[in-house]
Amino acid sequence: MILAKIVGTVVATRKDPRLVSSKLLIARPMDPRGKPEGNYVVAIDTVDAGFGETVLIVSGSSARMAAGLKDCPVDAAIVGIVDEIEISD
Amino acid sequence: MQLGKVVGNVVLTMKNDTLDGVKLLLVQPMSSAREPIGRVIVAADSVGAGVGEEVFFVRGKEASFPFYPTDVPADAGIVGIVDSWHIG
Repeated sequence: MILAKIVGTVVATRKDPRLVSSKLLIARPMDPRGKPEGNYVVAIDTVDAGFGETVLIVSGSSARMAAGLKDCPVDAAIVGIVDEIEISD
Repeated sequence: MQLGKVVGNVVLTMKNDTLDGVKLLLVQPMSSAREPIGRVIVAADSVGAGVGEEVFFVRGKEASFPFYPTDVPADAGIVGIVDSWHIG
């Protein structure tokens, strides 16, 4: 899983029927110290995350294992809102 | 599978129900020379690893297999704590 910060939203009218009523957010992956890295990803939100929050994103086929996403065509899901990151130096 | 070092942990309160009770650790993948390679990732722990320990971990859907039959949405999981390794 990766850490990321929510930087935006995506609105789509025409989409796969299994994605209807899902919230799509744009997230910027970051390292544990908050430095942005890599490209933006569009992820399905399962935890009511909001703009500016640090979240945990699961990608690949594991994303479909999050509650509520069974058989959905997704490869990135937001599965948690991060409260705290502890990192040793 | 890949070798890595546990460098920290992540705390979540609001999370997907399927992640309840799963310990999440920050893992820095490393080379056989113990040099860091690539990004720090968040991995689900199924073996009781702790900060500072050297571990091996799996990537992909297999990361959720230790939690079977619960479907845990994990794409990286610590599956062993390394006692020692030897090359050559």
